[in-house]
Amino acid sequence: MASTLNTSHLLDRPINRSRGSETSLAAFSFLFSEMIQYSQKRVAGIADLEKRLANFGYRVGIRELELTLLREKNAKRETRVLQMLIFVNSTLWKSLFGKAADSLQKSNDNDDEYMLSDNDPVILKYISAPKEYASFNAGAFLAGLVEAVLDGCHFPCRVTAHSTGNEQFPSCMTLLIKFDKSVMLRERAFEGK
Amino acid sequence: MPLHSLYIINKAGGLIYQKDYTEGIARLSSNEYLVLAGTFHSIHVITTKLSPVPGSSGIEVLESDLFKMFCIQTPTGTKFLLVTDPSQLNVEAIMRRIYEAYADYVMKNPFYTPEMPIRAELFDVNLQKIINTYNLK
Repeated sequence: MASTLNTSHLLDRPINRSRGSETSLAAFSFLFSEMIQYSQKRVAGIADLEKRLANFGYRVGIRELELTLLREKNAKRETRVLQMLIFVNSTLWKSLFGKAADSLQKSNDNDDEYMLSDNDPVILKYISAPKEYASFNAGAFLAGLVEAVLDGCHFPCRVTAHSTGNEQFPSCMTLLIKFDKSVMLRERAFEGK
Repeated sequence: MPLHSLYIINKAGGLIYQKDYTEGIARLSSNEYLVLAGTFHSIHVITTKLSPVPGSSGIEVLESDLFKMFCIQTPTGTKFLLVTDPSQLNVEAIMRRIYEAYADYVMKNPFYTPEMPIRAELFDVNLQKIINTYNLK
């Protein structure tokens, strides 16, 4: 006896595991908004709030790294800093947002700092901070995510998010990635060979 | 066909947003705006009960010689009032876009408490864009 109607419960149906599957932005925005409100009740100031969001992002990043590498054909374990950053810039961003990040730059002042920019981060699209929270950047979530991805690939670092809005892209966000000394030493050893 | 102003009233009858979009409109004090919103809210409720036929909606259009006021009530009880020229016929499309902007930039904003006055920069910016496309036609 076969029923032609799909009467199974939504929670019993298999998750769509295909590569290009998408989540509704509205659903994510509401969830993200609730995460921020939840954290706001439990913190003392803006820096703390960003730290909490970064922690959330870290836990997501660990899992996102495994998933992205699993689904990526020809995934190679990156050992060089530049290759790793290109992986984050294109492959990771594509699996998260469907498009690559907008620019990757090396800092002129310190050789262990790199900057990754996204001109219109989709997760920040609906957030308007009031004046008391002017310096708050919810991109801290993405910073935590990227930090987890880099940590998971053995590139220990510290990632922070900064708003660098200009006239053309008022909501432009930049992630500042500062690698540990051990990474730079290893990188120099590679170049020395 | 210029749109003159927008008022948003919450379920309890309190004014949560007010903006004028054309020059030369007389500005009232903020207290007067609150009284206006409260009065309209009460009249709206009375008109739903006034109809001899059950299931009637409240005031939808208020016409005068100098302006026309449209009211759309959402299923959640929030009212959007739009004051326009008397020649304006249908605001269905504009209202839908305003409601969309409200659902996006106000409801998804973590810093907004529902039923409180709206203070979201992105909402203002996007509303201005929507109104400009209609006013400059």
